[in-house]
Amino acid sequence: MASYSTNEFKAGLKVMLDNDPCAIIENEFVKPGKGQAFNRVKIRNLKTGRVIERTFKSGESLEGADVVDVEMQYLYNDGQFRHFMVPDTFEQYQTDEKIVGEAGKWLKDQDTCTVTLWNDAPLAISPPNFVDLAITETDPGVRGDTSGGGGKPATLETGAVVRVPLFVQIGEVIKVDTRTGEYVSRVKE
Amino acid sequence: MLSEIRRFFAERSVLEVETPLLSHSIGTDPQLAFFTTEYCLSPLRQTLFLQTSPEFAMKRLLAAGSGSIYQIGKAFRNGESGRFHNPEFTMLEWYRVGFTLPQLMDEIAELIAGLFSGQPLQETQRVSYQEIFGSFTGLDPLVFLYQDYCAFAGDSGLSEAVAICGHDHAVWLDFIFSHKVQPHLGDNALCLVYGYPACQSSLARINEQCSLITDRVELFINGIELGNGYYELVDADEQSTRFDKELVIRQQQKLAVSVKDKRLVSALESGLPECSGVAIGLDRLLMLLSGSESIEDVLSFPIHRA
Repeated sequence: MASYSTNEFKAGLKVMLDNDPCAIIENEFVKPGKGQAFNRVKIRNLKTGRVIERTFKSGESLEGADVVDVEMQYLYNDGQFRHFMVPDTFEQYQTDEKIVGEAGKWLKDQDTCTVTLWNDAPLAISPPNFVDLAITETDPGVRGDTSGGGGKPATLETGAVVRVPLFVQIGEVIKVDTRTGEYVSRVKE
Repeated sequence: MLSEIRRFFAERSVLEVETPLLSHSIGTDPQLAFFTTEYCLSPLRQTLFLQTSPEFAMKRLLAAGSGSIYQIGKAFRNGESGRFHNPEFTMLEWYRVGFTLPQLMDEIAELIAGLFSGQPLQETQRVSYQEIFGSFTGLDPLVFLYQDYCAFAGDSGLSEAVAICGHDHAVWLDFIFSHKVQPHLGDNALCLVYGYPACQSSLARINEQCSLITDRVELFINGIELGNGYYELVDADEQSTRFDKELVIRQQQKLAVSVKDKRLVSALESGLPECSGVAIGLDRLLMLLSGSESIEDVLSFPIHRA
């Protein structure tokens, strides 16, 4: 993998720092008129998601990280691993729950999601921003209820629990925003 | 801004001058990278340098008896690019014959106050490097206690400083000052920091009372470094020795080879009058006057579009 000098650091560049793959968020050149030049860099650790600030001597370099985002189809969960496939090549990847993390509760068989690969191994899974999922369990609604106010918990086919309006029934399909975990609307079959 | 500056100096009978951007020699400061170019007048081929500041040429004029002078011109520093840097920038530099550093600081404050008359600043602050450094870090910048500096870096979430700075006092000062002190300097006010540690003397004179500090001043507004001034070194031997030291450092660090300005040294030998001088980055000043976030906003075409 190529290495990148501080002069090449820009938002989005993926590099290795302390043996972890990281993404550069911000890079500021700091130089006293008569002094040593530094680069103050904001960087996200792609394994932990944590953002740190780190200073480098200008001209220092970091190894690039082989990190790519690939659209894949979620196939199934075998109890230990989740399996994904690249639709074009039929190439398959498996990951454990630790890497899938929060994304797991939005993954339905056959749905498309983004898999971040590091050295060709899954590093993180991002679900689509919106997913359509069926309700498997919720209290019966009361006649006359409208969307305003209140709400009730509903369990979805993937196991996720979201708050839905009182009129929504078991078996209905709803659209959910995975970034906030909130109900958006009902989906007409 | 430019006409206001010219009026300011005309009122004070300071002569405007122009000196070459292309010169046969260049500063030896290891922290300044320069542009090299080739002069071809067949069969002559000569390496010329784009000036990192007009300092040397202006000092030669001073030695020739010009009296107080100022210049507004371009300066070039290789490899400097960022929110506050463009490799080609505009500098105001002036020298006052017979001025001490405190006198020059008064004049700097007057000029800045005039330029900001439409959006007045708070009262000008004057503080010594030792005092301001100590108040933000608890460290003494004049005495290099390696363990204390390392401990401070660790406590401040800057542990990478240990590897970057090693045992180099000057780099430690640059690191800590630019991370922990400078951002707080001159909150809507001009802040003049004087009495820099001797290891950062550059072309300033060492203080007569205390050999640990140098008669150098830096200007800050809203945490932005605007300029740098000296009670000028007039001792030709001392200047020549400093050049030689820096040339050795350049060689050790495998930096581009610089050519010592013998013409400056001989000008100093013939006699540079006692004087103080300062250089101010006008692009950054314009950023502050116009409330711009990036130097690109005040340049017609920044380097990547030049």
